[in-house]
Amino acid sequence: MMWLKMGNHSFGTAIDLCDLGLDTIEETDEEFRIGAMVTLRQMETHTGLDAYSCGAIKAAFQDIVGVQFRNGATLGGSLWRRMGFSDIVTAFLAMDSYVELHEGGIVPLERFVNMPYDKDILVRLIVKKRPGAFAYQAVRKQRTDLPTINCMAAKVGDEYRVTVGARPGRAVLLRDDRGILADGITEASAAAFAEHAAESIRVSGNMWGSAEYRRALAPVLVRRALLALGEVR
Amino acid sequence: MDRPEYRSVGKSVRKKDSMQLLLGKPVYTEDIVPDALVVKLLRSPHANAMVKTIDTSKAKKVPGVVDVYTWEDVPDQRFSNAGQTYPETSPYDRLIIDRHVRFVGDVVAIVAAENEKAAQTALSRIKVEYDVLEPVLDFRTAKDNPVLVHPEDNWHMLCDLGGDNTRNLVGTTSDAGGDIEAVLADCDVVLERTYHTKAYNQAMMETFRTFTQLDRYGRLHVISSTQIVYHVRRILSHALGIPKSRIRVEKPRIGGGFGAKQTAVCEVYPAFVTMKTGRPALCVFSRRESQTCGSPRHEMEIKIRLGANNDGRIRALGVTTLSNSGAYGEHGWATVGLTGHKSIPLYTGSLEAFKFDANVVYTNMQPSGAYRGFGATQGQFAVETAVNELAAKLGRDPVELREQNMVREGMSMPAYFGEVANACALDRCMQHCSDMFGWKEKFPVRDMGNGKVRAAGVAMSMQGSGISGIDVGSVTVKLNDDGGYMLLIAAADMGTGCDTILAQMVAEHMECPLEAVSVFGADTDASPYDSGSYASSTTYVTGMAVEKACAQLKERLCAIAAEVLGCDAAELSFEGGCVRHEATGRTVSLPEIAAKSQCNCRLAPEATAQHSSPVSPPPYMVGMVEIELDRETGVVEVLDYAAVVDCGIPINPALARIQVEGGIVQGIGHTLMEDVTRTPKGAIRESSLFTYRLPTRLDTGRINVEFEHSYEPTGPFGAKSIGEIVINTPGPALAQAIYRATGVWHRELPILPEHILLAKPEERES
Amino acid sequence: MEVKIKLNGKTVVDDIPADMLLIDFVRAHGCKSVKRGCETSACGLCTVMLDDVPVLSCSTLAARADGRSVCTLEGLQAEASEFVGFIADQGAEQCGFCNPGFVMNTIALLRENPDPTDDEILAYLSGNLCRCSGYVGQLRGIRAFLDEKHGKEVERG
Repeated sequence: MMWLKMGNHSFGTAIDLCDLGLDTIEETDEEFRIGAMVTLRQMETHTGLDAYSCGAIKAAFQDIVGVQFRNGATLGGSLWRRMGFSDIVTAFLAMDSYVELHEGGIVPLERFVNMPYDKDILVRLIVKKRPGAFAYQAVRKQRTDLPTINCMAAKVGDEYRVTVGARPGRAVLLRDDRGILADGITEASAAAFAEHAAESIRVSGNMWGSAEYRRALAPVLVRRALLALGEVR
Repeated sequence: MDRPEYRSVGKSVRKKDSMQLLLGKPVYTEDIVPDALVVKLLRSPHANAMVKTIDTSKAKKVPGVVDVYTWEDVPDQRFSNAGQTYPETSPYDRLIIDRHVRFVGDVVAIVAAENEKAAQTALSRIKVEYDVLEPVLDFRTAKDNPVLVHPEDNWHMLCDLGGDNTRNLVGTTSDAGGDIEAVLADCDVVLERTYHTKAYNQAMMETFRTFTQLDRYGRLHVISSTQIVYHVRRILSHALGIPKSRIRVEKPRIGGGFGAKQTAVCEVYPAFVTMKTGRPALCVFSRRESQTCGSPRHEMEIKIRLGANNDGRIRALGVTTLSNSGAYGEHGWATVGLTGHKSIPLYTGSLEAFKFDANVVYTNMQPSGAYRGFGATQGQFAVETAVNELAAKLGRDPVELREQNMVREGMSMPAYFGEVANACALDRCMQHCSDMFGWKEKFPVRDMGNGKVRAAGVAMSMQGSGISGIDVGSVTVKLNDDGGYMLLIAAADMGTGCDTILAQMVAEHMECPLEAVSVFGADTDASPYDSGSYASSTTYVTGMAVEKACAQLKERLCAIAAEVLGCDAAELSFEGGCVRHEATGRTVSLPEIAAKSQCNCRLAPEATAQHSSPVSPPPYMVGMVEIELDRETGVVEVLDYAAVVDCGIPINPALARIQVEGGIVQGIGHTLMEDVTRTPKGAIRESSLFTYRLPTRLDTGRINVEFEHSYEPTGPFGAKSIGEIVINTPGPALAQAIYRATGVWHRELPILPEHILLAKPEERES
Repeated sequence: MEVKIKLNGKTVVDDIPADMLLIDFVRAHGCKSVKRGCETSACGLCTVMLDDVPVLSCSTLAARADGRSVCTLEGLQAEASEFVGFIADQGAEQCGFCNPGFVMNTIALLRENPDPTDDEILAYLSGNLCRCSGYVGQLRGIRAFLDEKHGKEVERG
C-alpha cells in the first residue's frame, strides 16, 4: 500500500490478505517463520530476531521513514516488490532465508530475488537459525531517506555472506569464493574483500546517488560491515 | 541598561491558540468550510508551449463535472500574484489561464466538479494539442535570449524597475558607494568567487488552499490560507475584474507559510469558479503541486569581489547577483535587492567601497516568490562564505576577522540606505556565541578515527524589520462590555504567534492581564488595513500601531469616564482597571465605562491607529556549527548549533527562541539535504516530500539559542524583528565547517554527501 | 462495500468505496484533526491508532479497518491534555498543522515506553515532520512533562 499509492495504476479487483493469519512471527529452535503480513515494526522489535541478528535487523529497519510507516509496511509488501533500495531484502538475503510461495513452494530468497514477477502469492519468509553473526551498514542523505546504498555482512556457519543493495538495482549476495576472508577478518582482509566486492557488483545512478558515488561507497560499506562483523563475533 | 519591569512584555506566555492547535481542533481552511465544488487544475507537461487546441467536451460529460474552463474563458487583463503593497514592484504578467504555458505545471484548464473523483476523471479527459516551443532552462543565458518567456504585448509593470519583457528581464537594481575599482586595486588580497543557491521550497505542512463562496449579499467571500488578506483582495479584484468592495478575504489558522503564502498561488482558481457558477468552491493543492507549482525561493548566482589587506581589514565588497524568477515575476525585483543591501552592511566597520548590481530574469521554470530570508539568505551565503574563504587565505580566525570588520552600534550603514545602526549588539552576539559554543576548542579540526573528523564554522547575519517607507500596520483596540479588550488585526499569525505577541503589547499598554485581551484576525471586512505578515514586519510595524492605538484608546476611555463623572477629561488619568479623577480620587471602572458607552453616548470605546516606519532596523545574529564529517562517505552529522540573536527586546522569549530553532533547521535542510533538480524537459524531480527531504528530528543536532538585548528606539518596547534572520547562518557556517573537514569550498548549495566525497582535487586549495 | 468501524469508541457503519483511504473516512466522520501533509507516507501528519497501533491513515485503506477500532485525537483528548500544555509552554506547537499527528504518535510512544530517553523520543517521533519548530522545543516540552511526571528536577524553558 505504501508504494502502491505512490504509483498511478488502476486495479479492477484487489483482495486483502490481512485475515489469513499471516501476521505473526513464529520462532522455533530451527527457524523464524515470518508471515507476509508481519509489519516491519514487528520484526524490528522482535527479541528473537534481534538476538539472532546481533541487532542487525533493528539497525536495518529503524531508519525506514518512521514508526507509523513501519507499523503499516509489511514483509510481504517489501519482499514481493523486490525493490532495489529495500533494506529488508538486503538484510534477509545475507541470512539463510527462504520464501514460501503459495504455488511455487519454498524457494531460497537468493533465487526469489531474481525471479520475474508472476501471479503467485508470498506466504511467509523462513529464516534458518544457523549459528551466525550479522552487521548492517547504510548511507542515507537524510536520516530516514531511502538508502543511497546498503550492505549486510554475515557469517552463517562457516560461510561469509555479504549483500549489497540500493545499487540501486536489486540486492546481490557475494560469497567469499576466493577465500579472502579464510583466515578471519582483519583490517587487511576486510579491505581486500571490499575491493573484490566493489569490482564484482554493478552500480548505477539515480536520484539518491550517482554511479560514481556508489562505486566509491560500496567498498567502504563492505569493509566497515565486515569489521563490525568481526567485532560482533 | 535599566529597563522598566513589564508584566506581559518579555514573558514567555503560551500562544492564545495553543490548546486549539495541540488538541487538533478544526481551525484550518479545509476543516471549517461547507461542502463545495472541487476545483482541480490541468497543468502543462511542457516548459514552454502554446495551446493549439483544447477539447473539453469529453471532460464536461463526466458525471459530476460542473464545468471546465480554458484560456478562452478568462479575462484578458494581466495581473500579478505578488502580495506586495500597491503599486507592486512585480510585473503584471499573468492571466488566470494563459494560452501560452510557461513552465511544467502552468495551468491549462480549471475543472469544477461535485467530487474529487469526477474532477480527477475530467482532468484525464481533456484533450490538448500543444505547439511545443524551445524553453529557457538555464537562467545564466536567459537575459537577451532569443526565446522570450513573455512575448505578449500587454505585459506591463506599474513601476520602472528595469523590467523588460523583450529581454527576459523582470527587473534590475544597483547601488554603490566609494570607488570600488580603486580600493580593490589597492588591496593586498582580492577574492573573486561565484556562489549558487537553489529554489528551495517552503514545504509548509499545509499546502496552498482556498475556499470561495458568494455571501448573503452576493459578494465574493474568500477563506484562504494566506499571509496577506488585503493583497489577496486586490489581486482577485484585478484578476477577476470585479471591485474590491465586492470581495471579502479572511484567513483562519494557517498551517505554515514562510513566505509561500505571501503570493496568491491558488486563490484565483476557486474564486473564478465561484464567480462563474455562483457556487462554493474549494481548491486544495496536492503536495506535488505545492512542490512544483508554488512560489519557492529564487535560485541565484552571486559573484563576490572581496578586497582586504593582509592585516585583515575588509575594504571593498562587490556583489553581483543573477536571480531566476522563473516563469512569472512575483517578488523578483524586491527579493534581489536584499542580496546586496542585507549582506554588504555587515562589514560597515571597515568598508571603504561597495558595489551591488543585480538582474532578475525570466526562465521557463517554476515561478519563485517570497521565502523567509528573502534574498538576504542567498546574499549572505555568498558574502559570509567569501569572508570565511578570506579568513582561510589570510590564516585568520574567522571570528576575530569579523570582530575586526563588523558593523557596530551607532555606525551609519552606507550600503543600507544610510540607516544608522541604532540598536546593534552584533559584537556582543559574537562574543556570547563564541563562549557558549566553545569556539576556541571546536574550531580546530579533530580526527575522531574511522575516517571521521570534527570541524566548526561560523556566520553572521542581519535582516530588516518591515519594508521601510512602505509597510503599513494598523490595529483596532476596543473595550468590551466586561472591561476586557478586543484587538482587531490584519497581520497574519501563521503559527509564529503574532496574535499573542500583539496581545501581550496591548496588555502591557492597557495594564491588564493578557487573558483580558481577545484577538481577531484577519478579515478584510473587519480588520483595519495591514500590509500583511511578511518582511519581518509584524512585531515591529504592527506592534507600533498597537502602541498608538492603545494611547488613543486610553484618551477615549478617559473622555467617556468624564461623562460619567461630569468633569473634564483632562482631570482624569487611566490606571489599568479604571479611570481615576486625580483631585477627588474617584474612579470609574472599565465595565462602567463600557456601559456608559452603550447608553446615551457619542464616543465609541475604541481606537484604530496605523503605523509605518521610515527605517527598517536590522536584527543581528551569529551562528556557529560543529559537524562530524565522514571522509569515507561524505556524510555530515550536525552535532551542535549555537546561535545568539539580537532582536532588540524579545516580546515573548519562548516564541522568539522557537523562531530561531525552526529557522536554523530549515537552513540546515537547505544546506545538507534539500535539493532541486530538473529533467531535461524542465520538470522538477523533487516533487514530493519523499524526494525533497526535509530534516527530521534526527538530523538537527543540539541547538542552543540565546539572546543579546539591544534597544531599538523606533520599535515597540525596543523590539526589532526575528522571523526571517534565523534562516541565514546555517548555509555559510556549514560550508565553512565542511571546508575545514575536507579542504574543499563548496560554493553551491545544497552540499550533499556525494558532492563532498566526489569533490575533485582541483577544488581543493592548499 | 459496507464497513463497521469503531471510531473513537463509537461503532460506525458505512457504505464506502473500496479504494477509500482511512484518512478520508475519518475526516468524513468529523475527525478533522487528521491532516494530509504529503500523500507519500513521509510526514506523519495523518497518524491515527488502528487497534491502538499508530499508523498512517493516508496509507491505509478504510476497508482494512473493518471490524477494528480506530482512534483519532478527537477520541484521546484527555490523554493528550496530560502533556500538550508542556509543548505550549515552549511555543513549539507553532502553526499546529503537524500537531495532531505528532501528539498521536507521542501518545503511542508514552504508552509503549512511559519513561523514554531523549534518543528514544527522537527515534520514535522521527516519522513526524515539522517545518516550523525545529523540533528541539517539542523535545524540551516532552522532557519537561516526563520530568514532572517522574518527579525529577524541572527546569522550564
